[in-house]
Amino acid sequence: MKFWRQTGFWLPLVLVFLWGGAVLVLRQDTIRETAFTVLMFMALASSLNILLGYTGYVSFGHIVFFGLGGYTGFYLLSEQGWPLYLAAVGGGALSGLIALLVGLAVLRLRGAYFALATIGINEAARAFVSNFGPFGGATGMFVNFSAYEKYGGAGQALWTTFTFLWITTLVVLVVSYLVKHSRFGLGLQAIREDEDAAMVMGVHAPRAKTITYVISAFFPGIIGTLYFFKNGNVEPGDAFQLHMSIEMLVMVMLGGMGTVLGPMVGATAYQGLRGYLLTSPIFKDLHLAVAGLILLLIILFVPAGAVGWVRGRIPALRKVLE
Amino acid sequence: MFSQLASSLTDGLLLGFVYGVAAMGLTLIWGVMSVINLAHGPVIALGMFATYLMFTLLGVNPYLALVPVAFFGLLMGFVIYGVAVHRVINAPHLSSLLATFAVNMIIIGLGTAIFSTSPQNIDFPLGSLEIGFLTIPVTRLLATAGAVLFTAALYLFLYFTRTGKAVRAVANNRRAAELMGIPSSLVLALSFGLGTMLAAVAGGLIATFFPFTILSGGPYELKSFVICVLGGLGNPLGALLGGLILGGLEGLIPTFMPVSWVPVVEFGLFVLVLLVKPSGLLGAK
Repeated sequence: MKFWRQTGFWLPLVLVFLWGGAVLVLRQDTIRETAFTVLMFMALASSLNILLGYTGYVSFGHIVFFGLGGYTGFYLLSEQGWPLYLAAVGGGALSGLIALLVGLAVLRLRGAYFALATIGINEAARAFVSNFGPFGGATGMFVNFSAYEKYGGAGQALWTTFTFLWITTLVVLVVSYLVKHSRFGLGLQAIREDEDAAMVMGVHAPRAKTITYVISAFFPGIIGTLYFFKNGNVEPGDAFQLHMSIEMLVMVMLGGMGTVLGPMVGATAYQGLRGYLLTSPIFKDLHLAVAGLILLLIILFVPAGAVGWVRGRIPALRKVLE
Repeated sequence: MFSQLASSLTDGLLLGFVYGVAAMGLTLIWGVMSVINLAHGPVIALGMFATYLMFTLLGVNPYLALVPVAFFGLLMGFVIYGVAVHRVINAPHLSSLLATFAVNMIIIGLGTAIFSTSPQNIDFPLGSLEIGFLTIPVTRLLATAGAVLFTAALYLFLYFTRTGKAVRAVANNRRAAELMGIPSSLVLALSFGLGTMLAAVAGGLIATFFPFTILSGGPYELKSFVICVLGGLGNPLGALLGGLILGGLEGLIPTFMPVSWVPVVEFGLFVLVLLVKPSGLLGAK
């Protein structure tokens, strides 16, 4: 199967490409900010999906890689004067490295024990960074304004950051598709269904899980750097929000886990809903409760998510909606 | 030096009993139905507010208020179980985690709208007791007594009543228990209710000495995770021991290093125990 001949491969890419391209052509700041948030969550949810959807391992504290990578990238960029793309890749590489070390130990745990351990790692990382001198401790770091000058001032720098994020999102989607349809991905899906049986059939489960964990940690590190560079500061409270971690899970569930398109749909729908609830006069005080109620209804009645539901109902679309 | 150590250790241990009660609720639910209740924190916060409202509006003594608060917690548990958990009890872990998290969002959302997030406190000072060089606030002592009382009651219930035996039977093997004629759905609902009851009581006890908001349950929920893992998930006695260990650590660590390092040690220990001995300190090899 040549992947570049598949509609399912091109559909998410073309959507994101056109949308990001339209934002770059329109060049309006408000549109860019909205698009930045949605693209960011799309990429985060998709990278979480590579672990969660394909191997079935529930990483509850996945935001730790966003935070640690973001901190590292921010440090390299602001204190060491690295260019943005190098710093972002540096942040991603550190996240990947940490995932490798942590994964070797933690991935032996299964089910809820793994989920709990990832929460613990996130909290431990937050507490550690709050005490870590070079990263500014509890107050965090602020961007060195000279860093913006390389990109033609603060306004231009935001557009550069957006372009980087757009490209990163496209790369995440390509990787997600390739992993799903490779021999390696089939091994992962076998692990998801029954890990012991997969090992008996010759899947090298510990190695496959660790590689997947590293892949799904690498991209949040890059995205973290871009996000905190855009914000101009980074602090422990923002970087390691357990809440955001769970929102990523919600987006994956909403769209359908184990599909390439699902996290994209989920992120867009969730952000759209949140934007509506926050601004609507009736729901603005109750936005969290309403979001919770919708989440509960989806978990109880549509556990396969939007894309999974459509795929189940209309077999003809299975080739298109990967 | 010694007297300072002893007094901070006592302080921590007394708090540890209350942590233990909160964690026991979480561990009971896990032990019976393998569900991690992410709505645990908000229920703790609701326990705080229930005590607070009864104290300020009706003038009920906060310690007497624990009895209605316990009933309220039990009822909350029935409702949460029926609405959110029952349908996903046999689904993969992610479903029950997210279902209880959805309940968490609903409670926090409603609570924020009703109570706002400004801190409240129960103004019910009882002075403090001097024993040798130790000075112990009476509220802490009473909270510890309450915690011990509820633990003892739970133990007696689980080991010496027919219903308690049914709970243990379902925890052991749900299908076999059903074959013996135990109505497992009812028992599961009851166990969930007992878990949230303990959470609400722990909240009520904490409210007598710390100020709180609707978001205050979160940190105690995280502490409960640490405690449950220390004592072994699903082991109520282990939860009490874990609570004491955590309380003791929280008392002792600040005498050696800055307070901000406490969570680093706690969560580091948590991950370490999960990796080295996932069955907990009291667990079998």
